[in-house]
Amino acid sequence: MKPVLDVNQLTMDFGGLRALDHIDLQVKPGEIVALIGPNGAGKTTFFNCITGIYSPTKGDMLLTRPEGDSSRLNGLKPNRVTERGMARTFQNIRLFQNMTVLENVMIGRHCRLRSGIPGAILRPPANRREEKQVVDDSYRMLEKIGLARYVNEFAKNLPYGAQRRLEIARALATEPFLLLLDEPAAGMNAQETKELDDLIIRLRAEMGVSILLIEHDMKLVMSLSDRIYVVDYGKKIAEGNPEEIKSNPAVIKAYLGEDIDA
Amino acid sequence: MDYFLELFLGGLTRGSIYALIALGYTMVYGIIELINFAHGEIYMIGAFTGLIVISVLTMLGWNSIAIIILAALIAMLYSAAYGFTIEKIAYKPLRGSQRLSALISAIGMSLFLQNYVLLAQTSNFLPYPNLIPTWDFLKPVGHIVRSTEIVIYIAAALVMVALTYLIKFTRMGKAMRAVAQDRDMSMLVGVDVNRVISFTFIIGSSIAALGGVLVASHIGQVNFYVGFIAGIKAFVAAVLGGIGSMPGAVLGSLVLGWTESFFTGYISSDYEDVFAFVFLVLILIFRPAGILGRSDTDKV
Repeated sequence: MKPVLDVNQLTMDFGGLRALDHIDLQVKPGEIVALIGPNGAGKTTFFNCITGIYSPTKGDMLLTRPEGDSSRLNGLKPNRVTERGMARTFQNIRLFQNMTVLENVMIGRHCRLRSGIPGAILRPPANRREEKQVVDDSYRMLEKIGLARYVNEFAKNLPYGAQRRLEIARALATEPFLLLLDEPAAGMNAQETKELDDLIIRLRAEMGVSILLIEHDMKLVMSLSDRIYVVDYGKKIAEGNPEEIKSNPAVIKAYLGEDIDA
Repeated sequence: MDYFLELFLGGLTRGSIYALIALGYTMVYGIIELINFAHGEIYMIGAFTGLIVISVLTMLGWNSIAIIILAALIAMLYSAAYGFTIEKIAYKPLRGSQRLSALISAIGMSLFLQNYVLLAQTSNFLPYPNLIPTWDFLKPVGHIVRSTEIVIYIAAALVMVALTYLIKFTRMGKAMRAVAQDRDMSMLVGVDVNRVISFTFIIGSSIAALGGVLVASHIGQVNFYVGFIAGIKAFVAAVLGGIGSMPGAVLGSLVLGWTESFFTGYISSDYEDVFAFVFLVLILIFRPAGILGRSDTDKV
């Protein structure tokens, strides 16, 4: 089977700084893949490139639906990338704080609707049915993520862990087959991290999404991931399953510094 | 008491007019943080379009109610096309650059449109026929309020209700709120930001055009410069209420309308604009973000 995400030789320069240096990365259907590395290694830049926020200097990015049709992501705007089936969350929470929990999820669903501007103003019956469907689907999504009781709260009033989960719910509302999570466990306590671990496993099982995540919590990474990529200073220094990564000398050096065993 | 009522209703008329223009300013600012200085010109172009339609249809001998409704509708469509085009050619190419560039572009667009209409329509004040008939039941109070003013109140109120509904409950309204809060994130959840911005310009422009036709009918004349004055006043109203906030734009407009009306009525009409701007300065000293504005407008 073709990988859902196939990134080849991705390079991103900011002026004279090479933030990403010929990175290759694949995510296969149904896989959970982690992208790890020290702070400033270029992980978030990688996400920004493949989601269309940055346009990379060089390299190819190919997104392939599980049904088989591929599209090249180079030069696509973020909303087009989302329409093609890849959604993401952010390292720092970026919910629409002054909208309700339900509205946050509904926004995500709108890109799957057909009716355009005239429909949005005139609201013919078909449009209204569609709108009702959006409310129902969004509510079901919130139930699945365990946020149904907050449905009419403003996003800003939610507890931290719930805000993180709402970001995931909003991303899932766009019906992605590949979900990118940027440090989903950042700032969570042990209990919340455990719940997140379960949630991610459950999402893959129930919705069949493949997941690519950036994470610093090594316990979470090791328990979740099928495969791990390690980057440092914009270069890929290792890839493999959790066992291989744990014992890889280059990784240990990158994380702990040169002199650890001197 | 009659005099007070007259000033009150006069202020309400001014306020409603300012509100129809200020809403466009504040919507555009809310979405792309740009002061669209060409917005007053859109209002002026709406008034002129209305005048042309009215002239043609009057020659054809149409019923005056039908003429004014059709004139308003065509003016709204035509101005919406202007607003849409201005955004595409003058603002969109500058979206990635500094905010100042787009602001200068807006001022340039404003001057361009003024001079374009000046060349096409001369600098004379053209008489504007008032096609709204004087209703019989208003005759006893005709010295206090005219039927055109009643139509302006109703139009402004309807626009506010419709806009509130649009923003709160429709899909496009949600998308607009989302873009206003975080444009990049909106794109990442699949919102077509360009479409939302175009839509905002279309709605803001057609509201201004409606105002243009009604005000020109009320005042009875129009020239190329009316948009500039009205635009500046409406801008003041939007800032007064808290720019970016729609209820703020309406409130600021009404406050400004009444301030002008009462001060000119009870003190002196020579200082009409002075009162308005002194009031603006006072409000901004004590509430820099405007009456309903939030102070956390700077996004990270």
